[in-house]
Amino acid sequence: MIRVEPRTPSRALAAAVPVLSAAAALALAAIPLALAGADLAEAYALMAKGVFGSRFALSETLTRATPLILTGLAAALAFRARLWNIGGEGQLYLGALAAAAVGSGAVSGPSWLLIPLVLAAGAAAGAAGMAGPAWLKIRFGADEVVTTLLMNFVVILFVQMMLEGPMQDPMGMGWPQSAPVLDEATLPRLAERTRLHAGLPIALALVVAAHVALSRTVWGLKIRAVGENAAAARHAGIPVGRTLMSAALVSGALAGLAGAGEVAGLKGYLTADLSPGYGYAGIVAAMLAGLSPLGVAASAAYIAAVFVGADSMSRALGVSNYLADLVVALSLLSVLVGGFFARNRLVAVRAGKAGEGA
Amino acid sequence: MPPTDAPHVLRLRGLTKRFGPVLANDSIDLDLRRGEILALLGENGAGKTTLMNMLFGHYLPDSGAIEVADGADGALRALPLGRPQAALRAGVGMVHQHFTLALNLSALDNILLGAEPLFALRRRTGAARRKIDAIMARTGLNVDLDAPVGRLTVGERQRVEILKALYRDARILVLDEPTAVLTPQEADGLFQTLGAMAREGLSVIFISHKLREVLAFSHRIAVLRHGRKVGEMRTDEADLPAIARMMVGQDVESPPRPPMTPGEPVLELREVTLAGAGGRAGLRGASLRVHAREIVGVAGVSGNGQAALAALVSGLAAPEKGELLLRGAAPARFDPAAMIAAGVGRIPEDRHHDGVVGSMTLAENLIIERLDDPAVSRAGFLRRGRIRAEAERACAAYDVRGQGPDGAARLLSGGNMQKLILARVFERAPDLILANQPTRGLDLGAANEVARRLLEARARGAGVLLISEDLDEILALSDRVVVMHEGRLTEAPARDRAQIGLMMAGRGAEEAA
Repeated sequence: MIRVEPRTPSRALAAAVPVLSAAAALALAAIPLALAGADLAEAYALMAKGVFGSRFALSETLTRATPLILTGLAAALAFRARLWNIGGEGQLYLGALAAAAVGSGAVSGPSWLLIPLVLAAGAAAGAAGMAGPAWLKIRFGADEVVTTLLMNFVVILFVQMMLEGPMQDPMGMGWPQSAPVLDEATLPRLAERTRLHAGLPIALALVVAAHVALSRTVWGLKIRAVGENAAAARHAGIPVGRTLMSAALVSGALAGLAGAGEVAGLKGYLTADLSPGYGYAGIVAAMLAGLSPLGVAASAAYIAAVFVGADSMSRALGVSNYLADLVVALSLLSVLVGGFFARNRLVAVRAGKAGEGA
Repeated sequence: MPPTDAPHVLRLRGLTKRFGPVLANDSIDLDLRRGEILALLGENGAGKTTLMNMLFGHYLPDSGAIEVADGADGALRALPLGRPQAALRAGVGMVHQHFTLALNLSALDNILLGAEPLFALRRRTGAARRKIDAIMARTGLNVDLDAPVGRLTVGERQRVEILKALYRDARILVLDEPTAVLTPQEADGLFQTLGAMAREGLSVIFISHKLREVLAFSHRIAVLRHGRKVGEMRTDEADLPAIARMMVGQDVESPPRPPMTPGEPVLELREVTLAGAGGRAGLRGASLRVHAREIVGVAGVSGNGQAALAALVSGLAAPEKGELLLRGAAPARFDPAAMIAAGVGRIPEDRHHDGVVGSMTLAENLIIERLDDPAVSRAGFLRRGRIRAEAERACAAYDVRGQGPDGAARLLSGGNMQKLILARVFERAPDLILANQPTRGLDLGAANEVARRLLEARARGAGVLLISEDLDEILALSDRVVVMHEGRLTEAPARDRAQIGLMMAGRGAEEAA
């Protein structure tokens, strides 16, 4: 018989779990790769080359990491308040929609005005997308996992409707895409011949801001208190509902910002396939990071590397590029399993005899 | 009367159990004779329940052996360890402190639960009912077998638990704090029944930390402290101070309560009615007054509206009818923040659930009720240096022993966690202190510290509303005693244990007198 006994993981163990989980996920990817008939050594070498092989490859990874950092922060912040925002994908699209609406000519002006305006519109739309589910939870106790998840589909269908209707680019030859964002509303490029844009430093600044907010402000303390023990927080006079709502709005805003950055920094216009699941991958990033904002920067970079590396490897080897999604999913499973083993130890015991196994 | 020459029915030898770094039981030996009532005495955390859980097979000992006389020949045989089924078969029955009954099933079904084959075409309840009826007639433990357990009183539920053990032919009955939920009269009734059953040959072990009932109803006393058996004696040769010393390991005297003249009323309830949360009893026209420099004790069997009263004064609930006045004025709102601002300090009943946020640090838990205080935050940013310095001072002043101000609160022991809450409450010099079961689960040292702080606050001019299930504690600390029964509060005319006991059972003050 095996007994599970709880323990408090040491600092080293707690830090090792995400790293080991990421490694385990990559190692486990060998199974489908082998099944697909790929040469494993070559596949992993191609993956590494795709990520680190050139200046361009590296910049691609960082470009992909940019929205992941933001959706990762969105999930981490909400999860710290025990608010399970699974709607990052929908909020990202709402942010993208608002950014496209505001940035493609509705308003004109200089860059110093238009860029903040576009980003603010994206953040506000994302926040609005999270306000409803949060209100339903606070007021009626509606499970936000369900409402935010379902909102994703509603939002994406709404975006498709807009792109085939009122917001369709008249010059787009019938493609379901929005009019392009004005040059003045486009985020500046960071380096020549790369797709890196100003969204990355903004995201990194928000990582630091979120870290400071959570650990050093009254607001962050309230969020942690509500998330970790809502009854005690309420007993101590912390307004639980208002705290949850504020966390929900900031979380939605961060995800909305991710969408705005993709539209105004990378694509230049909105399509219904803007995000390859950044909203969902952000949840993985947050979990890998142990819900720490600083950790999100690292885990987002890892997931971006998996996307980019698997992408280029699968193209070279002719393996399905769903492998990237597989590795990301395996990372989440690994970190959940790893977290369990960090918090518990397994003890083999034989019933009926004392002194064995303990 | 204690059976000194009856054969042994149970022998524990060298039982040891370790939980992580904590040695919960350290090589404990214990013997029990046929027809004997053994009291297992000790403070909370002394290892009483752990020991009994090993006997019953819930825990697997790290080392040691258990022998039970499991057959008609009366010979002691080794009990397979870590198997509740084996313990049941050997005739060991256990009544847990928290009952393990299915509320939606009838008393009969609860008694039979687990004793019937899992797959049977037809239930044979006739024979079972006859057997239970016979047990009830023999022992006087009468309950309505067809009533759903949810409709039975707490005392009746306990009888169902005991019947369940007896139905399975228990020859050794273990009761974990059986009187925690009973009125004094019910408790006396239970012990009389147990005494009669012991004369018939049943052996009983009961866990308690109430010296009075231990002295009155047991044949022998074993005292545990810090996981070791520190003493064992015949009850008729025991004396109270010696046992208290043995339990605590040192002489403790409860803090003196100098007489004081009460001042202005700090809390007044006028005919407050309030529904209880989650189907529990609420308040029904409860009136109460607590003055400055006064401790008012609320006695009562748990579940008579104490939770609603505490929720009201904590700011977690608002009166549906009636008034609550703090220093003569209604509070701005009925929420915890408004009550804190109005000078109410709250010591919650469940410190893990309501008292602290376990994963946050001691320093953060100390300031959590006053986040807007300029000493704590400036422009929304926590003043971490000041907070930490203050936490260090408070931890020293209140003797909170843990990993320092930056350690997580959940790592504190119960006593230290309560001291942390005391520091948070008393540092604000509140006018009114709600102390809800403030010493529950604490060892005597920590409990005395709580009492000392409450008396100190009273001397400073605060009013204290003390809710407790421990009548001894209430009598030791309170200037006045009110009794809570079914949502009403009645002042006890005298500090008389028997009278208060009757009032707790629902008799009026005049009737009880």
